[in-house]
Amino acid sequence: MDQNELRKSVRNFIQENFIFDKDYSFQDDSSFLDEGIIDSTGILELVAFLEENFHIKVEDEELIPDNLDSVNNIIHYLQKKVSKISVLV
Amino acid sequence: MCGIAGILNLNEGALDEGTPEVLSSMIRELSHRGPDESGFFMKGAIALGHARLSIIDLSTGSQPICNEDRSVWIIFNGEIFNYLELKEDLEKRGHRFSTKTDTEVIIHSYEEKGMDCLNDLNGQFALALWDEKKQTLYLARDRVGICPLFYTTYGGRMIFASEVKSIFQYPGIERKIDFKGLDQIFTLWTTIPPRTIFQDISEIPAGNYLEVKNGKFQKKQYWDFDFHADDPPYKESFYAEQLTHLLVSAITIRLRSDVPVGVYLSGGLDSSIVASLIHRFTDNSLKTFSITFENKDFDESSYQKQMVDFLGTDHSSVSINCEDIYKVFSRIIWHSEKPILRTSPAPLYRLSKLVNEHNYKVVLSGEGADEFFTGYNIFKEAKIREFWAKDPDSIYRPLLLKKLYPYLNLPRDKGNIFLKKFFNYKLTETADPFYSHLIRWKNTAVLKGYFSSEVKKALAGYNCLEDFEKKNFEDWNIVSRAQYIEAKTFLSGYLLSTQGDRMLMANSVEGRFPFLDHRVIEFCNRIPAKLKLKILSEKNILKKASKPFLPAEITERKKQPYRAPISKNFLGNDQKGYVLDLLSSKRVKEAGYFSADGTQKLVNKIVKLGDHLGERDNMALVGILSTQLLHSLFIENTG
Repeated sequence: MDQNELRKSVRNFIQENFIFDKDYSFQDDSSFLDEGIIDSTGILELVAFLEENFHIKVEDEELIPDNLDSVNNIIHYLQKKVSKISVLV
Repeated sequence: MCGIAGILNLNEGALDEGTPEVLSSMIRELSHRGPDESGFFMKGAIALGHARLSIIDLSTGSQPICNEDRSVWIIFNGEIFNYLELKEDLEKRGHRFSTKTDTEVIIHSYEEKGMDCLNDLNGQFALALWDEKKQTLYLARDRVGICPLFYTTYGGRMIFASEVKSIFQYPGIERKIDFKGLDQIFTLWTTIPPRTIFQDISEIPAGNYLEVKNGKFQKKQYWDFDFHADDPPYKESFYAEQLTHLLVSAITIRLRSDVPVGVYLSGGLDSSIVASLIHRFTDNSLKTFSITFENKDFDESSYQKQMVDFLGTDHSSVSINCEDIYKVFSRIIWHSEKPILRTSPAPLYRLSKLVNEHNYKVVLSGEGADEFFTGYNIFKEAKIREFWAKDPDSIYRPLLLKKLYPYLNLPRDKGNIFLKKFFNYKLTETADPFYSHLIRWKNTAVLKGYFSSEVKKALAGYNCLEDFEKKNFEDWNIVSRAQYIEAKTFLSGYLLSTQGDRMLMANSVEGRFPFLDHRVIEFCNRIPAKLKLKILSEKNILKKASKPFLPAEITERKKQPYRAPISKNFLGNDQKGYVLDLLSSKRVKEAGYFSADGTQKLVNKIVKLGDHLGERDNMALVGILSTQLLHSLFIENTG
């Protein structure tokens, strides 16, 4: 999966599961928490999605906004993770 | 409690000949509030109707009631608990009574003092008083809003009633949802009176009365919450002792009734102390009622059993499961007349049914203690955030928040970074009058994203707090400000109405609330906040007062918020019928309040995730479903 597909997959997950307002469009650098896109349970849903779809384990110390609080942060995090475990292309 | 309704001609002359028939149908619509009998009065410009639930003076207490020369007439829903004392005083002043009712006391008090008589009443009420000589109508509600009262104007008439469904019986009244009311509910959980969820239908605010004369309306506030604390404060032991005396008095006068009185027993501190003080200080035999939940996350039956054993009460309980909530939900909306964001009224509807099945008409319960003794987490949250705001970069200060919300579902957030991010919204804006509630309202307001384009367009630029009457908060501390907001919104608009009066009256049961005796409230609001919420220990003074009368396990137990299961009720395996229909794109588009796409996404997500749904999605489900039901029952008139 290249970066564009990765981005598309993450955006699609966010769009389908957390954006119920069709007039709202979020940017890749929009903060999920500051903009109220995701609530506390939403973070757990997001982690489950990442673990299931990208065959990774999100470690406790990785559960921080720097890794998970925007599409860009997630992509960056996944790429770092991939380079470590060589699951993603 | 009872139901009242009336029609006033705002123009010159008498009402039409067809008025009695209309008023009869209005009263019939309130028969659940007063199944025992009905009564009417019509003369000139006024028509008054009453549906009676007989509790005091069963033989001669029929309404409407008038004064000696038949120039003052009243219809009254509620109870005046100090009526015996007031009556004695009025008799000394020469007033002659023809009934033994509390209702008649109001008429003679009015003759003595005009509407200032409201200040003397210790009770819960909604009333309409017609002064023929002055050709003036007064509509009044009790101090905290226990009894409901609505009104509208149409075709030169003022139409008023205990419930909106009764007003809708008046021919020609248009039924429409007020989008601003919808906005308020999807932010604050309730509307702010006089606004309601129905366009052009107003609610008399708690602690207010409306004077209607020569077609003109004048709203007057006769009481409001005041949080000026004693300075310097007395000792905690003094407050605890005084509180006990006051509570015993508040309970004793609330046991005045010509029918037996029961008690709700949740297993928490508030209802337990009410039951225990009845046991200790009165000769009333104790009949108690409880809800239990099949789902152990919500169940408190072990504490209920402990109290039943401790007091030796005659106890009955009813067990609630998800299917029960699914089945009664439509009735809940019919009675509450509002969209709701939680299912918690449903078990209380079932509980009042249990009371009715045992032939009880009156129950005492512990409502109000959380608001005035600082039982809710929102008070602690405000205190912690203010403490944190003094040093926003502190690592340790925000960690106090973790104690409040164990169900926040962040088990792996070891660095507590998400926790901080959730709670630092407008952190340093501590002077904002609504500071304590900003996070709750922001989180709820996210649900407005589901509104349809039409509703959003109509609400463009609207701030729902515009309707909140400005209060000078400057010299109140942050906890007192939070208590004021909570009492003005959640208490009167939701707990006492949607979850209170409406669920009780649905089964012809009257609730009485000793903690809402205005003497208890005024006393409590003079206790400095730091003694009520001692560091982060809630209800400190109430716990101290309760200690001699309750098992330690009850006074020291951690507060469990009253909650009921949500998503599983509606989209579990066997319970999809009416829910999927009401949430279908066709029905959502027809009603027009919500985006069909957004609603469909939510339904898909619920079906997929089931029990693992978060708070926000649960609230969205209940909010949309209840609004769709409200539309069906009241706007399409299928109720």
